[in-house]
Amino acid sequence: MSWEIVIGLEIHVQLATKSKLFSGAKVGFGAQANTQTTLVDLGMPGALPVFNEAALRMAVTFGTAIDAEVCKHSVFARKNYFYPDSPKGYQTSQMDHPIVGVGHLDIQLEDGSTKRIGVTRAHLEEDAGKSLHEDYDGMTGIDLNRSSTPLLEIVSEPDLSNAKEAVAYMRKMHAIVTTIGISDGNMAEGSMRCDANVSIRPKGQQTLGTRAELKNINSFKFIERAINVEVQRQIDIIEDGGKIVQETRLYDAEKNETRPMRSKEEANDYRYFPCPDLLPIEIDDAYIDAIRQSLPELPDQRSARFVSQLGLSSYDAGVLSASRALADYFEAVVAVCNDAKLSANWVTGELAKYLNQHNLEIDAAPVSALHLGQLIGRIQDDTISGKGAKTVFDELWNEAGEVDAIIAANGLKQVSDMGAIEAMVDDVIALSPKQVEQYVDAEVEKRGKMLGFFMGQVMKASKGSANPGQVNALLKVKLDALC
Amino acid sequence: MTNKTLVQISKDLTAGKYSSRELTQDIIADIKARDSIYNSFISVSEELALKQADAADARINAGSAELLTGIPFAHKDLFCTQGHATTAASKMLANFVPPYESTVGQRLLSAGAVCVGKTNMDEFAMGSSNENSYFGAVKNPWDLTAVPGGSSGGSAAAVAAGLVPAATGTDTGGSIRQPASFCNLTGIKPTYGRVSRFGIIAYASSLDQAGPMCKTAADAALMLNAMAGFDPQDSTSVQQETPDFTADLNRPLQGLKVGLPKEFFGPGLNPQVAQCIMTAVQQIEALGAQIIDISLPNLELSIPAYYVIAPSEASSNLSRFDGVRFGYRCDQPNDLMDLYCRTRAEGFGTEVKRRIMVGTYALSEGYYDAYYVKAQRIRRLIKDDFTRALSQVDVIMGPVAPTPAFDLGSNTKDPVAMYLEDIYTLSANMAGIPAMSTPAGFVNGRPVGLHIMGNYFAEAKLLNIAHQYQQVTDWHLQTPPSNGIPVSNQTKGAE
Repeated sequence: MSWEIVIGLEIHVQLATKSKLFSGAKVGFGAQANTQTTLVDLGMPGALPVFNEAALRMAVTFGTAIDAEVCKHSVFARKNYFYPDSPKGYQTSQMDHPIVGVGHLDIQLEDGSTKRIGVTRAHLEEDAGKSLHEDYDGMTGIDLNRSSTPLLEIVSEPDLSNAKEAVAYMRKMHAIVTTIGISDGNMAEGSMRCDANVSIRPKGQQTLGTRAELKNINSFKFIERAINVEVQRQIDIIEDGGKIVQETRLYDAEKNETRPMRSKEEANDYRYFPCPDLLPIEIDDAYIDAIRQSLPELPDQRSARFVSQLGLSSYDAGVLSASRALADYFEAVVAVCNDAKLSANWVTGELAKYLNQHNLEIDAAPVSALHLGQLIGRIQDDTISGKGAKTVFDELWNEAGEVDAIIAANGLKQVSDMGAIEAMVDDVIALSPKQVEQYVDAEVEKRGKMLGFFMGQVMKASKGSANPGQVNALLKVKLDALC
Repeated sequence: MTNKTLVQISKDLTAGKYSSRELTQDIIADIKARDSIYNSFISVSEELALKQADAADARINAGSAELLTGIPFAHKDLFCTQGHATTAASKMLANFVPPYESTVGQRLLSAGAVCVGKTNMDEFAMGSSNENSYFGAVKNPWDLTAVPGGSSGGSAAAVAAGLVPAATGTDTGGSIRQPASFCNLTGIKPTYGRVSRFGIIAYASSLDQAGPMCKTAADAALMLNAMAGFDPQDSTSVQQETPDFTADLNRPLQGLKVGLPKEFFGPGLNPQVAQCIMTAVQQIEALGAQIIDISLPNLELSIPAYYVIAPSEASSNLSRFDGVRFGYRCDQPNDLMDLYCRTRAEGFGTEVKRRIMVGTYALSEGYYDAYYVKAQRIRRLIKDDFTRALSQVDVIMGPVAPTPAFDLGSNTKDPVAMYLEDIYTLSANMAGIPAMSTPAGFVNGRPVGLHIMGNYFAEAKLLNIAHQYQQVTDWHLQTPPSNGIPVSNQTKGAE
């Protein structure tokens, strides 16, 4: 049987506010446990929350960026449950009246087409603290530094049809939230993570299958793997005649499997009700419009500009605008070498390949945009060949120094002196009478292919430094003259 | 000395008749000597109080004293006091010492007032008789066989017994006004948002409001001046300039329109209490007020609606008492669930558990619309009733409670009968309007309070009316019998 996959994502974005959602405590990663807390974050008796307006601005910025409905009236609600890292016994979130309503996001598929994914809503909520099980034998430590850190939870419609689409959606969200500056998007530190609701159904069936919710996935790679492994699990169960149980599951990256979370998570009735300690948030059109006016260039706009202004293909433009960091890097390279097409080729080609191999994000690339721009400049001015450039790139990756110094040290400067090249060409022709004879005897259309031998010989003689374009042109003239 | 009003003590301190330290020492000695009769205090903070008194004396000597500087008072044990135990009268918090001061407490300290201790109350402010305390019931100084009312019963008893000249209280459904009525005090619940809730342990956040409990309206105005004001730490605190609540005390009542809701004088009202109230109303009429019959048609719905909303909020507010970070923790928990269940089962008293259960039920999936949402709709109706009524009249008057203080133990078996005690007080909390109680007579030696309710932010008007009434009556000047045994059948109010 052929199966259709249905995926919806709930993305948690940690907002880059200075202080917490409901207290003046500093937001930060890695501080000593419980040092970034106030009475409010600790859930002390009598402590009251005060809403951080910076988080509101960020949420509204997001809403306008994805062209969603921004709700002028939104309400914080309490989600009640007991857990040691939830100090108040409830999480302050939004339920019936979220700050952002219906919107959408366009993602680019691998075949170059565009797919529109519905965004159901996005709401503000506070993060919980952390339970630390490792360092305390037989006990659990509680760190409330993260408690009340502001999150924007972005809920998609179940419009995603495979793991790759889910990743593309997540990447696009990442590009948007980092472009508009509401989050640092650091997935390793948990600044952006997602829950994936995954179900399958026979192709053509209208009703949705029973879904499993995969919790807290924190890398693009894991999203793809977790969804794929979960889909396969569901297919196996159904094809063996079993049934899918609606449950929350955890993706174990080491074992590459999903497994059910503790059952206590399942039977919760969260008893949502409006938080009586916080007033409803009321904003007006002027507030929303002012934020809309101040939006920076968004990924889609940037992509369109890459096509119209820089002449890139829409595919390259889409890839290069997929993250703010990547697009910034690309534009920095172009600024140095002034060749958008060649820059695009290098960034999406060699650089992307190396990043992939070393499992690095663009921010961590050891080759700076300046160096790559200079390298491309040396291709443009014929100082080095394309092949030589790859050698230089590899050296740059290993942080061997400046572009020109690497070219010199590796003898990669190509010979473009016509006299020197002509001498080498003449030598090769003189030393290869048999091949010359074959060339002359060959049909005209086959001669081009035979040129390769002579090219190879000249390049070998020049130790790779001859300008291949010049060699090729000269060989053709000289050999054709013999015919 | 301790039967003096704040105004008198303030004059004495300024005149150097005695120092704040001397007064504080006397008061603490008096509490130690006599409070075993009433059980109105949970703890006395002698060391802190003497430090505060010394600082106050320094201010008085330096000529920088305010009206409350050097004046001792007591806090209901729901107000967090920095460095001094704050229990909410619960086993759950019997060992809890807050590292912070409530905003109200801070404001009183800044004014130079001296906190001598923490008063008894119904556990987590849940109750109308002060019998729901982990630290035992409080006795009414007017009659030791009667309850002082609740939940601010300890504050009421302490002031009535002359142990302190003033105390703070909180009022979620009548918890300042009803004990003030039962103990012959002047107590005011301000407009919701007038006084910061920060640092006051929450019962029902949308209803809780703190206020003073004193002997006179003038004293209450003085206390409220210090307690009220916008607090950026409380989002429901109102960002509005705080008037001088003493400024209007002497305004004549000529032309005042007083509404008497017929629903306040229905069959449940004790006839002798009704007579006290009608006598008081006539006296106010004689001061120039016009009496107008009005109706608050949804009043009787306030009990069921309140007992959905308040427990719902409480069930969530009290979730933080889980034995993890502070307060009581059960011995040797087997696992996390055992820790939660036993800590809360052992740490909370019966009435608190009852309200947590009711609230949890009302918020549960499938019941939320039928209970919580419907109760909020009723709340809206009640609010609309008041808005309508207060567009016709300046203030509304009636009884605070259907009866005078009832006997200790008489209502403890039947929680619903106890809830009915709050029939006249709940609606002001539901609407968020200010309301107060002022002494208006006695029935069988037990005090009766006149209830005055007004429009939003009309505290000054309420205090003005009470003050004017107190100028022509002496109920508020009566002191309880020193042995706590009422002079039998001394029914002054029904004369």
